[in-house]
Amino acid sequence: MNLPAPAAGTPVAEDWRAGGFGVYVHWPFCLSKCPYCDFNSHVAGAMDQERWRRALLAELAETAREVPGRRVDSVFFGGGTPSLMPAETVAAVIDAIAGHWQLPADAEVTLEANPGAVDAARFQGFRRAGVNRISIGIQSLDDESLRRLGRLHSAAEARGALDLARAIFPRVSFDLIYARQYQDPAQWRAELAEALALGPDHLSLYQLTIEPGTAFAARHARGRLPGLPDADTAALMFEQTQEICARAGLPAYEISNHARPGSECRHNLIYWRLGDYAGIGPGAHGRLTRGGTRLATANLRAPEAWLAAVETRGNGREGVQALSGTEQATECLLMGLRLTEGVALARLARLGAAPDPGRLAMLAGEGLIWTRAGRIGVTPAGRLVLDAVIAALAP
Amino acid sequence: MTDPARIRNFAIVAHIDHGKSTLADRLIQRTGAVSEREMKEQLLDSMDIERERGITIKAQTVRLDYRARDGRDYVLNLIDTPGHVDFAYEVSRSMRAVEGSLLVVDASQGVEAQTLANVYQAIDAGHEIVPVLNKIDLPAADPDRVRAQIEDVIGLDASDAVLISAKTGQGIEDVLEAIVNRLPPPRGDRDAPLKAMLVDSWYDSYLGVVVLVRIIDGVLRKGDRIRMMQTGAAYQVDRIGVFRPGLQPVEELGPGELGFLTASIKQVRDTRVGDTITHERRPCDAPLPGFKPAQPVVFCGLFPVDSNDFEDLRDAIEKLALNDASFTFEMETSAALGFGFRCGFLGLLHLEVVRDRLEREFGIDLITTAPSVVYRIHLRDGSMMELHNPADMPDPMKIDRIEEPWIKATILVPDEYLGDVLKLCQDRRGVQTDLTYAGSRAMVSYDLPLNEVVFDFYDRLKSVTRGYASFDYQMADYRPGNLVRMSILVNEEPVDALSVIVHRDKAEARGRAMCEKLKELIPQHLFKIPIQAAIGGRVIARETISALRKDVTAKCYGGDVTRKRKLLEKQKAGKKRMRQFGKVDIPQEAFINALKMDG
Repeated sequence: MNLPAPAAGTPVAEDWRAGGFGVYVHWPFCLSKCPYCDFNSHVAGAMDQERWRRALLAELAETAREVPGRRVDSVFFGGGTPSLMPAETVAAVIDAIAGHWQLPADAEVTLEANPGAVDAARFQGFRRAGVNRISIGIQSLDDESLRRLGRLHSAAEARGALDLARAIFPRVSFDLIYARQYQDPAQWRAELAEALALGPDHLSLYQLTIEPGTAFAARHARGRLPGLPDADTAALMFEQTQEICARAGLPAYEISNHARPGSECRHNLIYWRLGDYAGIGPGAHGRLTRGGTRLATANLRAPEAWLAAVETRGNGREGVQALSGTEQATECLLMGLRLTEGVALARLARLGAAPDPGRLAMLAGEGLIWTRAGRIGVTPAGRLVLDAVIAALAP
Repeated sequence: MTDPARIRNFAIVAHIDHGKSTLADRLIQRTGAVSEREMKEQLLDSMDIERERGITIKAQTVRLDYRARDGRDYVLNLIDTPGHVDFAYEVSRSMRAVEGSLLVVDASQGVEAQTLANVYQAIDAGHEIVPVLNKIDLPAADPDRVRAQIEDVIGLDASDAVLISAKTGQGIEDVLEAIVNRLPPPRGDRDAPLKAMLVDSWYDSYLGVVVLVRIIDGVLRKGDRIRMMQTGAAYQVDRIGVFRPGLQPVEELGPGELGFLTASIKQVRDTRVGDTITHERRPCDAPLPGFKPAQPVVFCGLFPVDSNDFEDLRDAIEKLALNDASFTFEMETSAALGFGFRCGFLGLLHLEVVRDRLEREFGIDLITTAPSVVYRIHLRDGSMMELHNPADMPDPMKIDRIEEPWIKATILVPDEYLGDVLKLCQDRRGVQTDLTYAGSRAMVSYDLPLNEVVFDFYDRLKSVTRGYASFDYQMADYRPGNLVRMSILVNEEPVDALSVIVHRDKAEARGRAMCEKLKELIPQHLFKIPIQAAIGGRVIARETISALRKDVTAKCYGGDVTRKRKLLEKQKAGKKRMRQFGKVDIPQEAFINALKMDG
């Protein structure tokens, strides 16, 4: 499925430039499926690595023909478990991106790693390929909790992976999941202090969410997922997380992401600032602005289906949709209000969706949002109810 | 025209689920009135809602040809009557149009209150009654017990009851023979002036209004000039025919026959069930007795969810009214809900049927306000007004007294649940008038204020008796009551569509229950919402919906945004089913569900 021909005269202008341009590459395979995960991930048997490399390169080449001449601010290998990718494939993809577009030396190139699937040789291979940032899915520093989360690694292995990554890569981030089964606020504060003592400059701290279609959701429905904190406790844990991280010099720049100023994940900022991004690989989504039209692309999710599609027609797309002004404004609120910096009101206005003054006054009156210097954002109190705030503001 | 001696007209009396429609289907099938291909389950219940709810709303009829074991050919006319108490008057008219009834009783369940009400109607109409025990194929079937029950409770000889299974077809032939041999043929004078009963009428998009008639005396022919004796309207008959069950034209209809006529009648409203049809030139001397116009007893407001749909709602209501003379409507304005209609119904089922049809057939999303009965307000100046809407309640200072309608209710219930039923009736201000036993079942009679029944009485009854009780009622009289209007305030603002009239002694409990219920029904907002019940300026109950504590998506990256956007768009669409009051969104179901009490 190819992108439609550029159309003239739409209101979008080139707003994506405010967010930049990134390339997302999805590697859908894992050693095992985690029971809380609703990402597009599959446990693969033997696979033809050569074939997969060719397919990723083919889709990349096709996308580069569609939106030529871009400067790439960031590349992100996500999954699944991209640390299972052969280093040659990672290298080939990065080289191809540099060949099709402009890839500055200081571009951020991130790869997600799973502590259960790393070794020094592999990490060195990724580094040589051009990866300069690693994001490790540690999830917990407690073995019992890791077992409950269905993780294959231990806390010690996670720490080992972190040490190894730091020895090899200039920038390292890691993820933790909290508000887990049987976790109370005191336990989480202790675990978070332990995590901060490891001296990260970027942390992703996610509250456990029971996503539909996951093993956890099925267990939850049957009442077999006991000990989850209630909404009040989870809210308290969120608030404490904000305070503790801010005190440690890693304030939240997004709902679940904390960084020392300057160490934010540039790739994810492209999403939240509504930049453009190419989605490569099974199930990857993209946003591409062409001739004033913003297009949403979505790839086939099933790995084999995507592979077959790329091999027959050059891309693995399932659909391409031109986003209306209203749809873009909704996405702008959904993504932009996650950021501490908020959203430019002018951008919403250009999309024909300036927020209703009555709603703004109500939300400001409740202390949930702020508006200043032409921007709108949520207050710390507003972050806890962000979805409802967005629903109130959405066109 | 058929010799009346070869005609048998009959109805089927049964409780819901006891197999009336299945038996009707079997009779139709057995006599070949419908080919296998045309056979649909429950053939006579033609509306979707009827099929879905397993109930009959309009009287329907079918003419069956049957060659009996005596070698003679008979014409059997089956009238399928409405089975619900809301349509009791229609039932009584249908009963007058036939000479006999099959009393169908589930051989495992036994007699129910609704069966009783209808069988009494049949007895009143002078019917010969043939008991039929259905579902004898079920392991739980106990024909001897049920036979005894029919004899004890109804006083009918059930010794030669016909045993059948409508499901398997067993005994259907015996039913047909019993109809021929045990039911009397109709009587009538073919040379007398035309006298026919208007049994029912409905609108057909091709034919206009179709009138179901039973000829008592005389002969009706195509082209005749006829007069409706109650309304006085005169028409020329375009078509006459019989139902097989499709419409089949005939040359004439004579005494004892059931059939239809069309006569360029524009609206069903122009016809009155129970009216007498005669010839304009040579009328009969007196109309049939017992005619009474339909009288709505339950009123509620119907408002479009989207106020732009008001004109569509008006059109839809007018169209429905063409086909349903028993329902009334007038425009209503609500501060909370905008423009809508105050509608009157024969009962709650009737209300639900009309509402469902408006939503389904016309695609209009509706907000239904709390049903109310008709109160008689006697003012100090000596005048009396009928109050259909709590919002129209006059200043209490001007009121001398208020009267409310009462009903006579009959409840049949297994022994073990009797205590719960008595408590329920007591709680609803009931006055017990009778209590008798038939085997292990109690039959209890209560006088109850209709406003205590109109809402969820039947649901409560079913729940406290696990579905084993059956219930029927008829309107009784008006009695004075210590009644007040209770208002509900959401976020300090009165919501007129939620105000109700209650007995003063029950106001506080009712107010508390409504506030608690609204607390469940109104979703949490970004701020806290007080909900209060008040009489005049005095708050009698209060609840608070706390502000939303946590509602945030933990992860949202490039691959998630499409899904999140679609979710939000869906949520926005769902919000259209809410009404905004000040800052608060109230789901439309809240207006009716707020009154449902759990205890």
